[in-house]
Amino acid sequence: MLTRKTILATAALSLVAGSAFAGGHMSNEMTIVSWGGAYSNSQLKAYHEPYSAITGVTILNDESSGTATAKLRAMNEANNITWDVVDVEAGPAMALCDEGLAMVIDPDTMLARAPNDVSAADDFGDTLVSECFIPQIVYSTTFGYRTDLVGSTPPTSVCDVFDTEAYPGKRSLFSYPINNMEWALLCDGVAKADIYDVLETSDGQDQAFAKLDTIKDHVIWVDAGSTTPQLLADGEVIMGATYNGRLFSLIEEKKQPVAMLWDGQVMDLDGWIIPAGLSPERQARALDYIMFATDTTRLADQSKYIPYGPARKSSAPLVGKHAELGIDMAPHMPTSPANLERAFLMNYSFWADYRDDFDAKFQAWLAK
Amino acid sequence: MAALTVISRKPLSFVLPSMGLLGAVFGILMGMSLGNAGLGIVIGIITSVGFSYFSVLGAAKEKLVRFSLVFLALVAGYFSFGLAGMIAGGLWGWFYGWFVFWLFEGRYRARVHSYLTSGQVLWHFTFRVICGVVFTYLIAPIIVVIPLSFNAQDFFTFTPEMLNFDPAGYSLKHYHDFFYNNEWQRSFKNSLIIAPIATVISVTLGTLAAIGLSQSHVPFKRLITALLISPMIVPLIISATGMFFFYATVGNFLENSLGIDKNLVGYVKVILAHSVLGIPFVIITVTATLVGFDNSLTRASANMGAGPVKTFFKVQMPLIMPGVVAGGLFAFITSFDEVVVIMFVGSSKQKTLPWQMFIGLKEQISPTILAVATILVCMSIALLVTLELLRRRSERLRGLSPT
Repeated sequence: MLTRKTILATAALSLVAGSAFAGGHMSNEMTIVSWGGAYSNSQLKAYHEPYSAITGVTILNDESSGTATAKLRAMNEANNITWDVVDVEAGPAMALCDEGLAMVIDPDTMLARAPNDVSAADDFGDTLVSECFIPQIVYSTTFGYRTDLVGSTPPTSVCDVFDTEAYPGKRSLFSYPINNMEWALLCDGVAKADIYDVLETSDGQDQAFAKLDTIKDHVIWVDAGSTTPQLLADGEVIMGATYNGRLFSLIEEKKQPVAMLWDGQVMDLDGWIIPAGLSPERQARALDYIMFATDTTRLADQSKYIPYGPARKSSAPLVGKHAELGIDMAPHMPTSPANLERAFLMNYSFWADYRDDFDAKFQAWLAK
Repeated sequence: MAALTVISRKPLSFVLPSMGLLGAVFGILMGMSLGNAGLGIVIGIITSVGFSYFSVLGAAKEKLVRFSLVFLALVAGYFSFGLAGMIAGGLWGWFYGWFVFWLFEGRYRARVHSYLTSGQVLWHFTFRVICGVVFTYLIAPIIVVIPLSFNAQDFFTFTPEMLNFDPAGYSLKHYHDFFYNNEWQRSFKNSLIIAPIATVISVTLGTLAAIGLSQSHVPFKRLITALLISPMIVPLIISATGMFFFYATVGNFLENSLGIDKNLVGYVKVILAHSVLGIPFVIITVTATLVGFDNSLTRASANMGAGPVKTFFKVQMPLIMPGVVAGGLFAFITSFDEVVVIMFVGSSKQKTLPWQMFIGLKEQISPTILAVATILVCMSIALLVTLELLRRRSERLRGLSPT
C-alpha cells in the first residue's frame, strides 16, 4: 500500500511539475483499447482494477486493438477521438508516431522510475523503440502442435512446419506477412541475421513466397489469435501459429493435448500509446494511468495472469506464480533464458516502414 | 376420401429396389463421414434390401418385426458409436421399420386422392421431402448452436463426453458468464436501450412518410420513396462510413457548442443512425397495407366532423396496424442485430450485444456467444409467439377469425 501511495504521489508531483495542468483536473472516465480475451483480462486484473480502486476512475474497455491503426486514422480525420489509451504492437506504434497520431512520451517525466532509482529510460532499455511507445510486454508468436496427431517424433524446429512429408496434415498460419515471411526465409536457409536484408530485395520476397508456395495447399489461414487454439482443440490442424499466451492457456488452463515450440518464435513488443490531440483533462488522466500501469510492480503483476514478459528489466525478478493455477510463470515467459536461446527478434522498424506494401503483396499472393 | 382409396400390398419388385435406394442414400452419408463413400453405398444397398426382404416375409407379425429392427439398430449403434449412436440407431431402426411397411402395405396411398397416378403420388411425397430438406437447411445451423452452448469446455466442439451424454461434458458456465460478466451485461443493457428507442423513432417517421407518400397530390413520389428506402439498398459499410463522419460532426457540435454530456451524445448518435436503418422497413410494410386502404373512409370520417388527427388515430391507424407492427418488428430486429454501423458510430460506452459477440468471436472464441445466441433465439420465439397470440386475440375481438 505504501509503495502505491508513493508512486501516486510521485505521479501527481511529476505531472504538476512537468506539464501545464494547473490544479491537475483530470477526467473521471477513460476508454482503454486492447486486444480482448485473456489478455484484456490480465490488464483488468493487474492495472485497471487497482487503478480504479485508488482513483475512482471508470475504465471502459474497447477491444479494438486489431483495427486500431485504421480506426485512429478515421477518428483523427473526423476530429472525434474517443480513445484515451491504446494498446498496440511496436510496429504500428512507430507508424502512428510517424503520422503524428500518437503523443510523444518523455520517459523521464512521464514514466515511473524503477524501485532501485534507475531512470525509466534505462529500465526499459532497448524496448523503448519509438518516442511515442510505452512498452508493456514482450510476447512471441510461435507454433503449437497436437501431441497426438504428429506421430512418434514431435516437431522440434519451426522448419518442421514446412515439412509436409514428415508431418502431413493442415497447419494454420496468420493471413498476413509478418512472421510468415521471416519463417519462410529462415527455413529456406537464410541466416537469422540476414533475413531483413534479404526481405528488402524483391528477389528475397520471391524466395519467401516460393517457400510459402510449398505449403500453401496445407494451410488454413486465420486472422485472429483465437482461431488457432480452436482449430487445435478441434484437431482441424496438427500445428498452428499463435501467441505464446494463447498456447499457454490452451495447454495449462484448458488441458488440451497440445505442446508448443520454442524455436524460431518471433519476439515482438506490445505496449501503450496515447492518441495525439486529446483534451487537457483526458490527456492528464491518460498520462496518470500510464505512469501507474507501467511501473515495475504493475508490469510484474500482469505476468501472474498471462505468460508475457514484462518490458522493464526491474520487473523480471518479481515474476511469480500464476494467480489461479499456482504454476511458476518464469519458465513460460518468452524472455526466460531457455526460451530466448532460439528466438528470433522482430525488426519493428522494418515492418513499420514496409507493412502496407507487404500486406498488399501478401493478399495478392493469397488470392492466387 | 380414404374409404375410396384402394390399399393393397405392393409387389417385392417395387419394395426391394425402393428400399435399396434408401439404403444407398444412407450408405453414402455414413460412408462419406467414415471416409469411403463407395463401400458405404454397397453395404447400404445390401443390408437394406436384405432387411426389407426379411421384414416383408414376417409381415404377418408386423409389430414383432418392427420391434426387432429397432432392437437390432439400438445394439449396432451402441457398439459402433456409444450412447449417442444407440439413440441415433434406435431412431433409424424405428423409421426404417415404419418405412418398409408403409411401402409394402401400400399405406402411402391412404391419404392421397385415389385418382392420382403413381407419378403424381411420387411427386406428392417428393415435394414434402424437399420441403423438409429446405426447413432443415434453414433451421439446422440454429439448432446446432443450442447443445454446444452447454459445452463444459471453452471451445466450439462436440467433445466425446458430450456425445456420450456424460453429464460431466455439459455445464451452464457459459450462461453464468453471460449473466455475471460485466461486459456482456453492459452490452445487453445497451441493446435494450438503443433498439426500442430507435424502433419508436423509425415507426413514427416511417408511418408518417408512408401515409404522406400514399397521398395522390405529393410530387416526385418515386424519387422521394427511393431516397427514403436507400439505407436498405446501399451496402451497409458505405452507409456506415458516411454516418461515421456525419455523426462525428453532429456529435462535436452537440458536445462542444451545446455542452451536452458526451455519453448522452453517444447514445443519441447511435439511436439516430439505427432509426435511419429501420425507417425503410416501416415505409415498405405500411405502404403495402395502405394499398388496400379505402380512402372514402377518411372522407366519411371528415364528413362526420372528425379532424385529420382524429381520423388518423380512429380510422386509419387501426386498419394499417398490422403493417405498422410488422415494420416495427423489422426495425427492432435491424437495430438489435446491427454490428457494422454501431462499430463506426458508437464508442465502447455504447457497445451493443452484436458488437460484443463480434469481438468475442474474433478475439476469444468463447461458447458464451452460443449461450447468448440460444437466449436470443428463445427470446425471438417468445416475441413472435406473443405477437401472433395478440393478433389472433384482436381478430377474435373484432369478429374476424383466422381461416
